[in-house]
Parts: sequence; C-alpha cells; structure tokens
Amino acid sequence: MSPDSCPLVKNILLLDSEGKRVAVKYYSDDWPTNAAKLSFEKYVFSKTSKTNARTEAEITLLDSNIIVYKFAQDLHFFVTGGENENELILASVLQGFFDAVALLLRSNVEKMEALENLDLIFLCLDEMVDQGVVLETDPNVIAGKVAMQSTEASGSLSEQTLTQALATAREHLARSLLT
Amino acid sequence: MAQPLVKKDDDHDDELEYSPFMGIEKGAVLQEARVFNDPQVDPRRCSQVITKLLYLLNQGESFTKVEATEVFFSVTKLFQSKDTGLRRMVYLIIKELSPSSDEVIIVTSSLMKDMNSKIDMYRANAIRVLCRIIDGTLLTQIERYLKQAIVDKNPVVSSAALVSGLHLLKTNPEIVKRWSNEVQEGIQSRSALVQFHALALLHQIRQNDRLAVSKLVGSLTRGSVRSPLAQCLLIRYTSQVIRDMANHGQSGERPFYEFLESCLRHKAEMVILEAARAITELDGVTSRELTPAITVLQLFLSSPRPVLRFAAVRTLNKVAMTHPMAVTNCNIDMESLISDQNRSIATLAITTLLKTGNESSVERLMKQITNFMSDIADEFKIVVVDAIRSLCVKFPLKYRSLMTFLSNILREEGGFEYKRAIVDSIVTIIRDIPDAKESGLLHLCEFIEDCEFTYLSTQILHFLGIEGPNTSDPSKYIRYIYNRVHLENATVRAAAVSTLAKFGFMVESLKPRITVLLKRCIYDSDDEVRDRATLYLSVLGGDGTVDTDKESKDFLFGSLEVPLVNMETSLKNYEPSEEAFDINSVPKEVKSQPLAEKKAQGKKPTGLGAPPAAPASGFDGYERLLSSIPEFAAFGKLFKSSLPVELTEAETEYAVNVVKHIFDSHVVFQYNCTNTIPEQLLERVNVIVDASEAEEFSEVTSKALNSLPYDSPGQAFVVFEKPAGVPAVGKFSNTLTFVVKEVDPSTGEAEDDGVEDEYQLEDLEVVAGDYMVKVGVSNFRNAWESMDEEDERVDEYGLGQRESLGEAVKAVMDLLGMQTCEGTETIPLNARSHTCLLSGVYIGNVKVLVRAQFGMDSSKDIAMKLTVRAEDVSVAEAIHEIVASG
Repeated sequence: MSPDSCPLVKNILLLDSEGKRVAVKYYSDDWPTNAAKLSFEKYVFSKTSKTNARTEAEITLLDSNIIVYKFAQDLHFFVTGGENENELILASVLQGFFDAVALLLRSNVEKMEALENLDLIFLCLDEMVDQGVVLETDPNVIAGKVAMQSTEASGSLSEQTLTQALATAREHLARSLLT
Repeated sequence: MAQPLVKKDDDHDDELEYSPFMGIEKGAVLQEARVFNDPQVDPRRCSQVITKLLYLLNQGESFTKVEATEVFFSVTKLFQSKDTGLRRMVYLIIKELSPSSDEVIIVTSSLMKDMNSKIDMYRANAIRVLCRIIDGTLLTQIERYLKQAIVDKNPVVSSAALVSGLHLLKTNPEIVKRWSNEVQEGIQSRSALVQFHALALLHQIRQNDRLAVSKLVGSLTRGSVRSPLAQCLLIRYTSQVIRDMANHGQSGERPFYEFLESCLRHKAEMVILEAARAITELDGVTSRELTPAITVLQLFLSSPRPVLRFAAVRTLNKVAMTHPMAVTNCNIDMESLISDQNRSIATLAITTLLKTGNESSVERLMKQITNFMSDIADEFKIVVVDAIRSLCVKFPLKYRSLMTFLSNILREEGGFEYKRAIVDSIVTIIRDIPDAKESGLLHLCEFIEDCEFTYLSTQILHFLGIEGPNTSDPSKYIRYIYNRVHLENATVRAAAVSTLAKFGFMVESLKPRITVLLKRCIYDSDDEVRDRATLYLSVLGGDGTVDTDKESKDFLFGSLEVPLVNMETSLKNYEPSEEAFDINSVPKEVKSQPLAEKKAQGKKPTGLGAPPAAPASGFDGYERLLSSIPEFAAFGKLFKSSLPVELTEAETEYAVNVVKHIFDSHVVFQYNCTNTIPEQLLERVNVIVDASEAEEFSEVTSKALNSLPYDSPGQAFVVFEKPAGVPAVGKFSNTLTFVVKEVDPSTGEAEDDGVEDEYQLEDLEVVAGDYMVKVGVSNFRNAWESMDEEDERVDEYGLGQRESLGEAVKAVMDLLGMQTCEGTETIPLNARSHTCLLSGVYIGNVKVLVRAQFGMDSSKDIAMKLTVRAEDVSVAEAIHEIVASG
C-alpha cells in the first residue's frame, strides 16, 4: 500500500469458536487460493483464540497485517488491513460489522442464529465494504440497508420492522450503559 | 467421539441438528436451483437456495464453468420477480459468480433498468453490480447514468457510483477521468461518506498532477471536511504534498504543518492518530514539531481500548528509532504496558523501552521481558532479540545479564529465524565485547549439543574454530565439537572435523590429542568427512618448520582468494582430464552484478549469516577485495577503511564515491564509479589524482577499470605511499578520465570507436580521523585507570556558538572518529552539560581513551575540556592537535 492511498480492508472474517468459517470475505490478492485463505484463518484463529476480546476489540500484527477482532459467545469477528493502515479505521469497520450483526440478529449474537440468518450476514458484508473500500461503518445505517429489503422477504426480520430493530438496539445500548 | 453422558457434547449435537446447512451437498443444491426456472417464482424458496449457493461458495466450494453458467442463466430469470429481498440476493450471487463478458450481456439490460429505478437501494446496488462485471465498451454506454448517479441526491447511490469509479479507474482510466466535475461536486456533499469517496476518487484521478493535488489540499485544509474518514485521507494527501515540496527544494517554514497540528485536536480519534503519525513521519522532523504529536500519543497509551494503545505504542516505537529522546517522556506509561494483556502491545512497549531506556533500567527490564517471552509469537521474539543486541552494543557493561537472557531463550523452543537471530546476536556481542567471549562461546557450544538446524550448527562450528583456540582454556570446547562427529549428519560432521583441525593447529598442547580424534574420523561413512580428516591429518603432521607452518595456517584460516561465484563457474567448466584443476586459473576480478540481482539481495542478513557480498563493503569485505588484488597484497594488514565519501553531486552523469583504505605505509583510494547514462559505455576508466597539496604522499600505482557499462558499478584504485606509521594528512584533487562509446539502446551493442573525455570530481581529503579505528571498551573506568596518568594530556577548547549541545558533541565525535562508550552519545533533551566517553585505536595500534566534557552557557557558547590518555604520549598530543586544527 502506498502511504497516501485510500484506507483498504483486506478481509473480513466471521469464524466460530473452533475457527471454522461462518462467513468470510476477501478483498485482496494476498491469499489467492482457498487453501491459503483457510491457513490464514487457522493461523489468525490460533493466535487470537486465547485472548479476551469480549468487552473491547483487540488487535494484533501478524505477517505484516493488522488484525482487529472481537468475540461474542461462539462467534469471532475479524477485520484485516495492511501493515501501515490506520488501526482505528479498521476498528471502526469491525465495530460497525459487530454492532450491525447484533442488530440484525436481535442481540442473539451466536453461531446458530448467524447461520439461520446467513443471508443477512452476507448482505451486511456487502453493504459495509466494496472490494476493500469502506462503504459504511455506522451499524444503524448498515442494518437499516439490510433490513429494509428483507421486510417483504422471508428474512427473520419478517415479524420485526426496522423501527423495532432499532428500538432493540437502543434498549441494548441503554443496558450496556447501565452495567 | 460423541459422549452422550457429557453435557457439553450433548449441546454440541443439538447444535448440529439445528444447523440449516447440516449435510449440505453441492449436487443437491444445484438440483434445487432449478426452482429458479419455475414460471411462478417463489421468492422465499429462491432466496433460500441462493443463500445455500452463497454458503457453498463461501466455504470454498468451486463451481465448474458449466455449473456456474447454468446457475447464472437461471438466476437471471429471477429479475422478473418484484420481491426486493430476492432481488438483493440476486445481486449478491451475480457478483460471486463473476460471469464472463458474453454472459454479462444477458443481465445488462435488467441491471440498467434497476439503475434508473425509483427505489434507491436498487439504483445503488445495480450500479455496484454492473460496474463489477462490465468491460470498457459497455461502460461507455452507461457512462451517462453513472455521472448522473454521482450527483444523485441519495448519498447511498452517489457513494456506490463513486466507489465503483475508484475500481474502474484501474481498468478504464480515460473514461473515469472525464467525471472530474461531478466528483468535484461530490466533495461538497453534505453526506460524510460521499465526501470521503469523492475525495478518494478525485485524488486518484489527479494523483500524477502534482500541482492539482497541491491545490486540492490547499483548498480543503482551509475549509471544513466533515467526515473523519475524509479527514484522514486529507492528512495522507497533505503529507504527500509536504514531501513533494521538500523534494523540490522549497525551504523555510514547513507548509501545512499547522493543519496537521490542528488535526491533533480533532474530535475523532482516528483523525488524531492519522495526524500524529503523519507528523512523526515528516522528513527531518524537529523535536519541536514532534512534541504535540507525542503528547496526544501518550494520552492514548493509557486508554482502556487496546486498539488505541496498540496504535500509539506502535507509532512511538517507530519514533524511538530516530528520536529516542523525544519518547523518553512516555517511559513510565510504557513500562506499565509491559504487563498488558495484549502481547503485541507489550512487545512494542518493551522494544521501545529498550531503545530509549538508560543503563540503570536494563536489569529491571530484562526481568520483565523474561516473564512474557514464552507466550509471544516468533516474529515478536525476533524483534525483541534484535533490540537486545543493539542494547548490548550500547551498554557493553550490561553484557552479563543480556547474555544470560539470550542463552536462556536459546534453550527454549523456537523456529529457525528466531534461533538464528539469537545466535547472530551472541556472535555480535562476542565480537564487540571481548569480556563476553568465553561465556558466549560456551553458550553456543551448549546450543549445538541439541540443535536441529544444520545451518546454525555448521556456522557455529566455524566460528568456534576461529575464536576458540585464542581463549584461556581451548580444551574445554573439544568435547562439544567432537560430540558432533558422533551424533550429527555428514554436513555437521565435516564442519566439526575442520574445527578440530584448527584447534589442533593453533594449540600446540592439544595437537597429539586432536590427531587421535581425527584418526578416528578416517573411518567415517561419508566421503567428505573422511577426505577432510585425511587432509587435516597430513597438515597437522607437518614437520613444524616455519615455512609449512605458514602455508598450513593460510590454508586453515585464510579466506578463499577468489570470489566464490568465479570459483563455481570455473569448477563447472572444468572437464575431468589428466590435468588437475588449477585454482590460479580462476579469475580474481569481482564481476559487476546486474542490477536486478542486486535489488533482489535487498535485505542482507547481518552477523554470522551474512554472505560475502560483491562488490564488497564493510571492513571484512574491503579486506577481502583488496587482498584479491595482487598489487596490494604486499601492503600488509588493512588498518582502516573509511565510509564512502561522495565525489559527485546526486543525479549527475557519473556517480563516484571514494573509500580510503589506510595501510601502515600506504593509502589506497577505492573509487566506486557508476555510469548512469544508458546510451553510453565507458572504457579505461581511471582517476588522475593531483597530490600537490599532500606533500607526504607519493603516487605508487593506479589500477584502471576496463569497462563500465550502464548501471553496474565498478572500482578503480589509486595507491599512495606515505611514511610508515605516520598519520599524514593532505588534500587531493581528482579527475575522472575515460573513453566514451555510444551504445545503441535497442541492441545494447557499443560502437567500436570511442572518444576520450574527462570529468572533474570533487576534492578528497585524508584527515587525522582516518587513522583512528572505532574500538569499544566494555568497562571504560577500568580501561581509563589502567592507563598511565603520567601520559594524560588535558586542554580546553571553545567551540563557539552552536544550535545545541548535541550538535557540538557530534562534531567532535565525527572529527575524532572514535567509538562512544556506555551510551554517552545520547544527550538528554535540554541538557546544559554532558560528558562523552570515547575510545579507539590509533595507527600503530595505540589504544586511546578520551573523556570530553561539554558545557553550554546561556548564549549557546560551548566549551569543551578534553582529557586524553593513550599508550603513547605522542598520540595523546596528536589527538589534541586534531581537535585544535579541526
């Protein structure tokens, strides 16, 4: 990456508690084959799984890549960027992803729920980053974009409108402020 | 595997049952995909199938060309459904399938329809999908809509078009460049992200137009950019403009610094970080410019968020490499980070402290490091080991605790690179600090007892063979070496045999025992080991006359007189015949390397693993180079080689620098020449030196460079004789003479006829500092007291007004060319007085120690008291003369 270029995300990973893929998205050519991707995921998982990234996002530098990550129940969220990337930009992408998923899964952030709503997760990734360029980091906007289109469809937000989803989010926020 | 009685596994089984993708199989899903072709589209069902397809792709499953085409065609039928959720999934799967250009046609019209739809989300998504899959010709057709989309009132649509523009710029720059006006409008957008995307695109469009970028930055730094992301971009572009301006010789107050500084007070942390980092990376940043950036980073160090702490400590770590004093203020915060839960942060904190810390804190630091060394990755450990090595060179007194630390980690688990870093560090310490030699060698011996890396074992054995025999009790190493002969593979056994032979030759008392050991090796199963043993036995069995002794010594310890590359080529060309291979037939000239090869060398490993690089640099390299030239062989041992001195301005036709090699009664100038003109070939390159201002020197000989092609450096030499052992000084003027031949750039062939020409170079001086070698002492006080006080010479000097104390200290250090000891080269910020301890060896092998005390008064006038002790009074006086005349 040349120092004056646009901030780029190299990949976003959502893995389970054994390091297996739930949903992943690669935006750079650093890992050309599926095998390379899998071994990267395995490596990252093994280097991070013992850390406590549940309250605050954690960060590490592996093979000249900055990786920010956060865990919730049996889900592990990762965002990878180049060595010279601004860590806080990557962290804001991670936080956006994490919170948007929490909104879309109605705070039930766990593997089964994620798999059952995998379409929402895929849409969420699609609305956040386009070929490495950050599209949106505000979780409410991301979830809004995803949910708006799912209301008519079979999606699991069928019984729950966006307003409700946002209400849940506010409630969630209030709870986290109180504790 | 499943244990029904264990609760945890119970849960696990339940989970598996619930997974919607349990037992999913590609063939079956492809069958299911036929539902897309149904006349009545069931949106819910279709969405599910698409999700399953996406799941398979995401898990790394790949579709064959036929399968992908089939799915793609049936998916396109789904455009007839009005269901928005389904449409969204269709967009996703089309992007994943990345259809070929002839397939794209099928969806183009549907997507173009969506691009003009009333539903914002359709517009935005259709743009992103279409731009992802189309080629140049189609792009011209939809260009009009894209330009319209950029200025769409919906920010999502606008962003989609701008981001697509960023990607398209790589493949179709001429088209995207036509959108500047619309993009410009985007920068004024009220939406934060549109502003960000527009700025990124506009900069990409104009990046090669320096003036335009500068104008863009100039106007935006005055206005207000709303989005933090856009602000980060702006900071990056500003740094670039500052760099460009500096490159083009604009001096005075640094432009835009105020803007960067104001960003340190931005409300978004990512902007603060970006600005702080930009400031620390400014070329030639001053400590005044650094201070505000360091202050905000220091605040980040105590943040509860690991990401912030990491970002701050990583930036400070980089600053510490160039401005250690600027970071010392953060040392207390940094020390508390050693126990940070996040090991990356802790490692960075430690290496920063190792760079900025002082002598008294070394032991405490080492204790803290030991605790956490075991649970960090190898790449972090290597960083720590490197930092410790430089620390040891800085504070030689502390070698004991540092060496203990290194030997401890050497025993622990670790990969090759990590182990090599440790071994290299120990070797460096042994070389630099004589006191550390014996313990260091023993640590290495213990390591090879249980070393899985052949490369490291052989390197250590070689090193032992050179250093071991000169220790107080060489016999204690023999056991370790001989064990290798029993326990290791053939390569290591052969190396061990050579090492044994060196001990046997150097230490007379060990000779009979070594001979016995070597005799046993004659029965080794490997040819090479047997050959070496036989060879060395005959060398050791020599009759002890002076003549054979010298030959044997050269054979065992001398370096190969020919470059390895040449040797290899000659050996390859040798055909087995009656005639034996003659090593004298190998050319000794170092061939100039092609440029590509040199670049590939890039990072050279240092220490033990460093291969002899050609063309050589560094003392060892120079020594090898000079000894390979027969004319110079008689000059004796090389005393010192200077750093290269540039004799031409940067970016001239011919780049020439010179290295001064000092021998006892000769001085050799090595002119390193580079021809920077592709259309020229230079031949018979020589340097004519006028030594009229250097009375004590007389030219002996010169060695011209036969041919100097474009961009492959070569060397010419000129040799002067001077009175033996005398530090003669003088000034030399140089002229480069050569024959120029035109080269046809297309064929690379030179014309036959050349023109003689010459080129004036800058003058060269031999100064007294050239006769001083930097040699450190591990304990300055002991060394100082062991020298005769009678021979001390003291004097005081006024150094006049200086910018800072540091500048004066550096000037004196440069003048004397001596090694600073005990970390006295770093001067505390704002100090008014300082004592610098220097040591070195003067020509004639006279050890010299200098204690220089500096003081500064309020008007920045600096005075220095210089106390010199040397093994020879005349040398102490000579040092004063150097300073007095400097």
